[in-house]
Amino acid sequence: MSFAHRHLLGIEHLSQGDITAILDLAEKYVELNRQSAKHADVLAGLTQINMFFESSTRTQASFELAGKRLGADVMNMAMQASSIKKGETLIDTAMTLNAMHPDLLVVRHPHSGAVDLLAQKVNCAVLNAGDGRHEHPTQALLDALTIRRAKGRLHRLNVAICGDIAHSRVARSNLILLGKMENRIRLIGPPTLVPAHFAEFGAEVFDDMRKGLKDVDVVMMLRLQKERMDGGFIPSEREYYHRYGLDAEKLALAKPDAIVMHPGPMNRGVEIDGTLADDINRSVIQEQVEMGVAVRMAAMELLARNLRGAA
Amino acid sequence: MSKILFTNARLIDPEAGTDSAGWLQVVDGRIAASGSGAPERTEAEVVDCGGKCLGPGIVDIGVKVCEPGERHKESYKSAGLAAAAGGVTTIVTRPDTSPVIDTPETLEFVTRRAQADTPVNVLPMAALTKGREGREMTEIGFLLDAGAVAFTDCDHVVANTKVFSRALTYARSCGALVIGHPQEPGLSSGAAATSGKFATLRGLPTVSPMAERMGLDRDIALLEMTGARYHADQITTARALPALERAKRNGLDITAGTSIHHLTLNELDVADYRTFFKVKPPLRSEDDRLAVVDAVRTGQIDIISSMHTPQDEESKRLPFEEAASGAVALETLLPASLRLYHAEQLDLPTLFRAMALNPANRLGLDCGRLSIGAPADLVLFDPDVPFVLDRFTLKSKSQNTPFDGQRMQGRVLATYVAGRNVFRRS
Repeated sequence: MSFAHRHLLGIEHLSQGDITAILDLAEKYVELNRQSAKHADVLAGLTQINMFFESSTRTQASFELAGKRLGADVMNMAMQASSIKKGETLIDTAMTLNAMHPDLLVVRHPHSGAVDLLAQKVNCAVLNAGDGRHEHPTQALLDALTIRRAKGRLHRLNVAICGDIAHSRVARSNLILLGKMENRIRLIGPPTLVPAHFAEFGAEVFDDMRKGLKDVDVVMMLRLQKERMDGGFIPSEREYYHRYGLDAEKLALAKPDAIVMHPGPMNRGVEIDGTLADDINRSVIQEQVEMGVAVRMAAMELLARNLRGAA
Repeated sequence: MSKILFTNARLIDPEAGTDSAGWLQVVDGRIAASGSGAPERTEAEVVDCGGKCLGPGIVDIGVKVCEPGERHKESYKSAGLAAAAGGVTTIVTRPDTSPVIDTPETLEFVTRRAQADTPVNVLPMAALTKGREGREMTEIGFLLDAGAVAFTDCDHVVANTKVFSRALTYARSCGALVIGHPQEPGLSSGAAATSGKFATLRGLPTVSPMAERMGLDRDIALLEMTGARYHADQITTARALPALERAKRNGLDITAGTSIHHLTLNELDVADYRTFFKVKPPLRSEDDRLAVVDAVRTGQIDIISSMHTPQDEESKRLPFEEAASGAVALETLLPASLRLYHAEQLDLPTLFRAMALNPANRLGLDCGRLSIGAPADLVLFDPDVPFVLDRFTLKSKSQNTPFDGQRMQGRVLATYVAGRNVFRRS
């Protein structure tokens, strides 16, 4: 099995085979993570640096845990967004880190393309942990693994991605990944948050959630990204919840065995009903978090193999 | 009396619309005679053009020279060398410097700097409003007396329509030309790309191409009110063209330009966030590009500009959203425009009409043509010679060109300003 990539910058660059390879390897780590001894040593001796230019709790914790379980030396650098007003500082910081010879660099940045830019300047493998509204590849991979385990397959499913799609890197990565794996994708949200150009990616766009949810296998909710909105996308949160919040009544329109996903953190009562999110028969939100660690372990192992191969 | 005789030339005459073999005689810095066949024998210095093209020097409206304020990006000296190497014999400079050129005193400063350091003609523009802030008009009368050839706030749209209408009214009374940037400022704020599939995939903040039409529609309505002389700096979208056509048909004093980048590149060239391709307005779709090329062919768009905008490495080595806009283009304007000639979309007289004759006419200059009595501002170029552009060979202090590493065809061999040789390719 080959995984011929130096970095993991986006789903856009991956083939069907690459995606399957990551998910298959991740399955093994799901098993390992459920053991009491959770250690593998495939990253032993390697240094992993997590650079988060945008605050994150769960993704950073997930990458940190993944690295530690694989035996890497993990360092977290909390880069305050305010301390990097200038991008030359971004490149300078990267160059400084580069001189410390890290092997894996995990980067999150508020601007689209910033991680690509950084990857051009360093010698190590770079994992994109989310750049602006561009891509968040490990989130799409963990979602794919969650779907594959819940549905038994990752093709020919009807998947609805709902909510704030315009501002969402999760939506973009999922749209690309699920498209590559030959699923039918529906995008549901108010037209202010689902620009018309998304239809050009082969997705069906609905502004009526009830119509959009009809007979879908997977309902993927997105967080309303209030911090990325510069005004006036929706009239109010309560109207948004009424029209686009997922509750039991709207979910009843989906297939009876449809699963509910959310990348977190959730705005309960804004995009999803709290009770529904906690319903273990429908919601796989906790499993998504679990899959996150396994998928990140798999992605890092594959990149590390290439690093060692090159050495 | 100094005389130069250009023989064995392919004369590109945008006024006559001809591209034909011939000779051209220059006496004391002006074109004295031209013709086909064998020239009369004279004691003049003879330049054998070897069958290459001889056209009028380019008149480039909208060149940013970064004096005062950012001389490390471009000085009058470096801009002059770049212009000469690019066949640009007249640069019409932008006032968006730091500080803004909005008083007769700053205008005189740049005029002095330009005269001291530049081998080509330099004509300055001044800001339309003080500090380009869109609140109070500048001293248009004094600035005209000091030599301003046009008034523009560059890419700052005068958002307050009352302020803009007063400035246009006042400018009309002085006979001043106002250059606008047709763009709806609210819709386009914060945008780094044109809305479409590509920008959606890249996750970049976008502006609809409609913002250009909305900006142009507003400006046209104000022209109907005020009767001002107006030039739209860059028309880059198909949707703005019908409004432009209508305004011209209705007899308004309006002309329009476009940039060489919007004529030769499209949004997909940005690829993986290449910031050298970030310009303002952002690159458009291929459909828009083709529509704009055709509008240049028909003459609906009058003028092609380089929109030369030097940026240093630091302002471009940033995430795309944060990176500065603009590209240097004085030296690449002619080779890039020749892409349209080689693609058989525009012939050479049409190109020189848009790059020399029309801009000269719009500013009331007697250059930009090969007619008898016109200044001998000339460019000798080989339209066919291929080369790969290396940005580090550019004479500009800044090398932010989107054409780096690209195959080009055609380049300048020599440039003359008032009959004086200011550049010769070795």
